[in-house]
Amino acid sequence: MNTFDKVKAIVVEQLGVDEAEVTIDSTFIDDLGADSLDIVELIMAFEEEFNVEIPDDVAEKIKTVKDTVEYIDSAQ
Amino acid sequence: MEKRVVITGLGAITPVGIGKENFYNALLAGQSGIGPITRFDASDYATRIAGEVKDFDITLYGVDKKEARRMDRSVEFAIGAAVLAADDAKLALDEEDLDRCGTVVGTGIGGIDSIHEVYETLFEKGPGRVSPFAVPMMIANMTSARVSIRLGLKGPVITDVTACTSGTNAIGDAFRIIQRGDADIMFAGGTEAAVSPAAVAGFAAMKAMSTRNDEPTKASRPFDRDRDGFVMGEGAGIVVLEELEHAKKRGAHIYAEVVGYGTNGDAYHITAPAPGGVQARKCMELAIKDAGIDPKDVNYINAHGTSTGLNDKNETLAIKELFGDHAKNIAVNSTKSMTGHLLGAAGAIETIVMAMAIDTGKVHPTINCDNPDEGLDLDYVREGARDLQVNCALSNSFGFGGHNGTLCVRRYED
Repeated sequence: MNTFDKVKAIVVEQLGVDEAEVTIDSTFIDDLGADSLDIVELIMAFEEEFNVEIPDDVAEKIKTVKDTVEYIDSAQ
Repeated sequence: MEKRVVITGLGAITPVGIGKENFYNALLAGQSGIGPITRFDASDYATRIAGEVKDFDITLYGVDKKEARRMDRSVEFAIGAAVLAADDAKLALDEEDLDRCGTVVGTGIGGIDSIHEVYETLFEKGPGRVSPFAVPMMIANMTSARVSIRLGLKGPVITDVTACTSGTNAIGDAFRIIQRGDADIMFAGGTEAAVSPAAVAGFAAMKAMSTRNDEPTKASRPFDRDRDGFVMGEGAGIVVLEELEHAKKRGAHIYAEVVGYGTNGDAYHITAPAPGGVQARKCMELAIKDAGIDPKDVNYINAHGTSTGLNDKNETLAIKELFGDHAKNIAVNSTKSMTGHLLGAAGAIETIVMAMAIDTGKVHPTINCDNPDEGLDLDYVREGARDLQVNCALSNSFGFGGHNGTLCVRRYED
C-alpha cells in the first residue's frame, strides 16, 4: 500500500465517507465534510499510522489529501 | 392557569426488549433480562451479572457510523429512545414550533465507558493521543444535548444528574416546564450505560449488588427475604410529554395524564436511605397533593423496588404509613425484578410502565418474590400479570445522596 492508499483508508474510517469520494485533490473540510475537531482527530490518526510528528504549524496548513501525502512522504 | 400535560409517545431501550410493545410484553410474561456480563471481562468481579441491552444498532436511528463513534453508549440509548418516542407519538417535528420543543434527560453517571477509554489512551499513549472528542463523549449533559441535535429541539435542553432518581426528576422537571407554559412538547426520561468496570467494581465494593452470579434471572428479587442487592441494568426510556390542547389539536393518542410530581431530599447519608422511609413517604405525599387527588384513588404503585435490604423495607414502610388501610388494596410491583436497576434511566422506563399499565389495563408481576420478607406484606403482584383498570398510579425513585422523586399519572379524562 502506498501512502495515498493508507491515507485514504484512514480518511474513510475517520470521516465515514465512501472510498470513491476520496481523491488526491479532496479537501477535508469542503469536499469531505470534516469540521475542526475531525481535523484534529485525523492528524492524530496520521501521526499514529505513519509514526511521524506533525507539528501544529504544519497541521494548520494541511487542507487536502495531497498535502497530507506530500508531508508524510517528506517526513519519513 | 396551569397547563395540563399528557403522555403521547413512548420510547424504551431495555434489557428485556426494545420498543414499548417488546418491552411491556416481556414484562407481562415475567421475562428476566439479566445474564452474565459481556461488555467486559468480569471474571475477577464479585458481581458478574447485569441486564445488558441486546441487539441495539444506533445506525437504525438516523445516526451515521462516524457520529456513532463519537457518542457514548449512554447517548446512543437516549437518542434511540427519543426517536422511538417521536415515532410512537406520530410527531411531525418539521411542522412544530421547535423553539417550544425541548428535552430533559437524566443520567446517573454519564459517559463512563468513554471516560474509561480516554484514561486508557492517556495512560498508555500519553496526553497527545487523547481525542478531541474525549470531552463531548464523557460529559453527562451530552445525553440531552445530542437528543436536541438529533431531533432539532430548540426549547429547554437540560440534564438532571440525581443518581437513581435522575429519570424521575427529568420527567418531573419537563412536566413543570410544560405546566407553566414554557414549552408545548418535551422529550423527557433517562439513560444509563454503566455496565462498565469502574461502576461495577464500585457498586460491588459497597456490597450493594447481588452476587447471585450462578442464577442471573433469579438475582433481582425485590421484597423477597433472600434478596441480596440490586442487579445493574442499562438502557433508556424517553416519553413525549405534551400540552393537552396541543395533543388534542393534532389528534394524538393519549396514554395518560401526568398530574403530580413530588421531589425532596433525605439530608441524611450519601448512600443509605433515611430510616423508616420518612422522606420517601413525604415525597409520595407531595406528588399526591400536587395532583389534587384522594390517596384512595391510587390503585397502582410502580415501586423503586431495588432488591436491596434497605430500600424494599423502607419503601414498603413508607407506603403503609402513607396509605394506611388502603395500602393493601394497591398493586405494587417492581420492574427491576426483570430489567435490573437502570439507575438514571430507571424512573424513565418505569414511567413508560405506568403509561402502558393504564393503556393496556394490565400490570406486570414482580418476579422472584417467592417469600416476601418479614413485614413486607403489600400486594406485590407475585403470581403473574394481572388485569387491572389503573386509575391513578405512582412511580417512586430514590437515589444515592438522598434524592427522592415521585410521579403521579392518571387515566386521561377530558
